[in-house]
Amino acid sequence: MKTFQASILGAAALAIAFTAQAQDYRAQAISMMKRDFHAKGIAHMDRLNEDAVQLVCNRSHDNPPKDVAERLQQDQLATVQYPADGKYLGDWQAGEKIAQNGAGMTWKDGGGKPNGGSCYNCHQIGPATTSFGDIGNSLLHFGKTRGYGADMQKYVYGKIYNAKAYNLCSKMPRFGHSGTLTEQQIKDLVALLLDPNSPVNK
Amino acid sequence: MSSIKLRAVVALSGLALVCAAQAAQKEAAPPKKAAAHAKKPAAAKDPVAADFEKFHEIMEEDSPAELFEAKGAEMWKAKRGPNHVSLEKCNLGLGPGVVKGAYVQMPRYFADAGQMMDAERRIVYCMVTLQGFKEADLAKKPFSKGSYLPDPVALVTYVAGQSRNMKIAVPQKLPQERAAYKLGEEVFNYRAGPWDFSCASCHGEDGKRIRTQNLPNITTKEGANRAFQGWPGYRMTGGLMHTLQWRMNDCFRQQRFPEPGYATETIADLLTYMGVNANGYLYKGPGIKR
Repeated sequence: MKTFQASILGAAALAIAFTAQAQDYRAQAISMMKRDFHAKGIAHMDRLNEDAVQLVCNRSHDNPPKDVAERLQQDQLATVQYPADGKYLGDWQAGEKIAQNGAGMTWKDGGGKPNGGSCYNCHQIGPATTSFGDIGNSLLHFGKTRGYGADMQKYVYGKIYNAKAYNLCSKMPRFGHSGTLTEQQIKDLVALLLDPNSPVNK
Repeated sequence: MSSIKLRAVVALSGLALVCAAQAAQKEAAPPKKAAAHAKKPAAAKDPVAADFEKFHEIMEEDSPAELFEAKGAEMWKAKRGPNHVSLEKCNLGLGPGVVKGAYVQMPRYFADAGQMMDAERRIVYCMVTLQGFKEADLAKKPFSKGSYLPDPVALVTYVAGQSRNMKIAVPQKLPQERAAYKLGEEVFNYRAGPWDFSCASCHGEDGKRIRTQNLPNITTKEGANRAFQGWPGYRMTGGLMHTLQWRMNDCFRQQRFPEPGYATETIADLLTYMGVNANGYLYKGPGIKR
């Protein structure tokens, strides 16, 4: 019995020590990066700080407890600034250009040039572009298969503005929340997916 | 000109033609015609990628990287720097002057420096301690650009060439080396910045692409090996020779992070994580990259 208790205690102590060590590597790695990196161009050192979403996703290896994820998703949804005019559909041709453009937010960018959305880096979108990535799902025929209604328009706007409002540890950047894309640019991207005349829906 | 070279040049000009044709198509195709292409298979193999593979096979035996290896070999033996000495006494981990097999056994912990060092960091250390170069000067313009070739790039390419066809065996004997692996893994998984990216965002899953670029999954042995191979690499885009230091730097740029310092511990630890994961594979030597 005593041995049994001792082994349980031992295991518990080991588990605590292990967790403490894992935490320690994480903390050490973060301070190492803060020591070794420097600001360049628009990429300032504050980019190395985690916000609440990043912290929870990092600590849980992108698998946060459900209640935590739901609460934080609510917070993220509350950050979405919907267009004041209530209109979500911009110009799909402008949207196509934004989707193709992979520039923006790196230390080489800035200087007043508009950012791109890098959409084709990860998604199949229009049928003419075969050089698309596949980290995200295919968006070809998006409107045709999911519908063109106002709710869908609002959802797509919100998803591009802040993908973390719908899936906390999604790999997709928060394009509105991070200040990467403007309201008009997001509207143009919504049109690329949801305008019935967009090649996406042909 | 050898027949291999001739075939390679033919393949290269073919590639250039495909690139030009693609670029022309991109500019010429009005959006309305797009619908006509709709029946193409979704992920049709990129012709540039296919041609590059062909080119790569031909060039493997006769790589332009060898020119840089030769340049680095000369530089290694030459008396240089304020102290006017060669690097022949530089200890790359296997004893002073031993170059053979050193690249595939780095990063490692160097007690004299008290630091984890990848090949480039170690070479910079030797240039500073033996030859009297200033570290700050070497860090000023560390990457190839135009016709400018930094000394450490040539030197690393030479040292890497001396591990050709040798087994990757990044050591994990010392506690510092095991800690470096753990720290590298933490850096690899650390999501931050305006786009919430970590290294793992692109390199943590099998069989993914950015555009047509295949992404190695560095968390697996096979993927880490793919990432280890081909560096230092002669990049056909721009015709520049680059090392893993550059690769890490440009990855962090695209991760939308601030800039990692040149030849720092963060990079050494990341390369430890990658190198250890690749252990056991044969290193094919400096190569060519798209």
